[in-house]
Amino acid sequence: MSKEMSPIVKNVACVLAIPIIIFGLYIILHGHLTPGGGFPGGAIMASLVALFLIAFGTGWAKKINKGILSWGESIGLALFGLLAFLGLGTSFFNNFLANSNSLFGMSIPFGPNQGFLWTGGTIPLMNIAVGLEVFAALSIIIPIMFSSDESSKEGKK
Amino acid sequence: MILENAPALAIGIPLFAAFAVFFIGKIGKRAMKAWVVAGLLAAEIFVIWLTMDAVSGISHFYAVGARFPSIISPGGFPIRIVLAADAASTLVALVAMSACLLAALFSFSFLKEKNAGEKFYSLLLLLSAGLVGLSFTGDFFTMFVFLEVVSISSAGLIAFFREEESFEATFKYLVLSSIGALLLLFGVGMFYGKYGLLNIGAIAALVAVEASFIDFAAVALIASALLLKCGSFPVHMWKPDVYQKASGIVSAVLVASGLVGIYVLFRILFLMLANTPLSAMIGWVIAIFGTISIFIGVTMALKQNSLKRLVGYAAVAETGFVLLALGTGLAAITTRDIFSFKAVVGGMFQLVNDALNIGLLFLVIAAVAFVTKKKKVGEVNGLAHKSPVLAVLFLIGLLAISGMPPLNGFASKIIIYESVYMASPVFSIVGILGSIMLLAIFVKVFVAIFLGPPYKGKIEPLPKSMLLVMGIIAFFILFLGLFPKQAIEFVFLPAANALVNSQAYIGGIL
Repeated sequence: MSKEMSPIVKNVACVLAIPIIIFGLYIILHGHLTPGGGFPGGAIMASLVALFLIAFGTGWAKKINKGILSWGESIGLALFGLLAFLGLGTSFFNNFLANSNSLFGMSIPFGPNQGFLWTGGTIPLMNIAVGLEVFAALSIIIPIMFSSDESSKEGKK
Repeated sequence: MILENAPALAIGIPLFAAFAVFFIGKIGKRAMKAWVVAGLLAAEIFVIWLTMDAVSGISHFYAVGARFPSIISPGGFPIRIVLAADAASTLVALVAMSACLLAALFSFSFLKEKNAGEKFYSLLLLLSAGLVGLSFTGDFFTMFVFLEVVSISSAGLIAFFREEESFEATFKYLVLSSIGALLLLFGVGMFYGKYGLLNIGAIAALVAVEASFIDFAAVALIASALLLKCGSFPVHMWKPDVYQKASGIVSAVLVASGLVGIYVLFRILFLMLANTPLSAMIGWVIAIFGTISIFIGVTMALKQNSLKRLVGYAAVAETGFVLLALGTGLAAITTRDIFSFKAVVGGMFQLVNDALNIGLLFLVIAAVAFVTKKKKVGEVNGLAHKSPVLAVLFLIGLLAISGMPPLNGFASKIIIYESVYMASPVFSIVGILGSIMLLAIFVKVFVAIFLGPPYKGKIEPLPKSMLLVMGIIAFFILFLGLFPKQAIEFVFLPAANALVNSQAYIGGIL
């Protein structure tokens, strides 16, 4: 059982939570325009869990609600599979939303531009699904790895 | 429209079913079982339909995500991920999918007392999707991804029941699989660096024109990764460990996964090397690896005390037979002798028989452990008095694996002996001796477990689902043994043709 760190560290961790979440969401939502996407964005958001574990100690890990996280994980995966199946009208994984003027369906103007978020069809939606899955799965895995490291140390003593 | 998408659906349905098992599991156990069986059965039906089409001469090539799923690329090469369902790949996919479906049916009564449902089925569905994807894929990077899917889901299954030392086997498997995956990725990277392509057919067409050292190095790296996956001689050490520590159900599925590795290996070798002078050398190297696998598998099986470890070494030997046959076929392909083609037919036949025979033995061992509630099956003896059905099923399995005449093992091994003898008598003799030794080993095991004074302890009745699964496998063992000619003409000749004839594959993709 690792101890809590000083109030300075804890407060800074809480302050940092906001930029970490925003940066993770930015990477996920801009996945079809810039480098990044669902996996890196989800991993960035899950790094918040690692930061909190260090700042607040392993006792904090017990407060994590694993039930909700595994729901989130499964919803992300199922959403990804569903989007692949919805393209079946033409073929599996077909991008049926692109250029449809509906959800993320704006057609891209020709030539250099600053990047339009409302494009890409199913790709941003799949990025969101993957981001949700990765965030939830890593948030479950990180505390388990952290606590198993602690228990193996205790076993040696 | 649905049938047009069959190659993608055979992968997509188990994948989606695996993700949704969590939600269905919240409804109830029965709903979850029905969902798992429905998902696997739907995928199985699509694979059977594709196999029927492929053996009658219609191969399906499918571009994932394209406006038109059937491939049209005027002059250029396909950029999209291509799934190729020809006679060889559908046969292997059928073996893998059936293994997963039967394992799921078998595990229902087995898992009832372990009280661990949804995660096991989720991993099993994921593994089945990975195996079918690995056999269908016509794209190197997708192959890497599916290989990782297979590795990780099977590692999860091996460690699943948390029996003693199963973690050690899992760790060994994971480390070796990731080394294999990195070798494969490096080889794929070399191809991508040279040609800027990932499509297997398109690369094979270019390699046939301008083969160079880099291509051969890349093929060697990819081949070593896949040899590791199928557990051939120099890297066979993970196989007995894993088969001993994993549950019998999981081992039966892992046998099928190793066979998919062999198929992918020879698909790449036949495509890349068929018209180069290197085909003879690589072919002989793999045939020698196969022969040594037979020898090592049999001799090591002779001195094992643990029953599952013994079957694990027998599985190494059986893998050796497939490698020997297909390697000889590859080595002699440039001379276009009839025996080289016969060896490939025998190899494809042996590949199916391997999955049936070893699978049946592992399932019978799992069933013995289930009815007697003993952790070590070696402690059981005289079980034939209490459960004659299991004794008969084990007898069928052991006679089939050692190549006794009325059963399927004989039909495939006689083709291998005859065709390999034309190329090299020594390999053939080692094969025959190995087969005889397998009989000796398994008769010893049979006597120890089933014969002798009647079993003293209490036994549980054998669940119907287990009996059904083992009955289906035994039926196919008998069927293939009694009607080998029809089976060869219907399935294995087209499959061998599709594997050897690289032009049809390349032409289908381009």
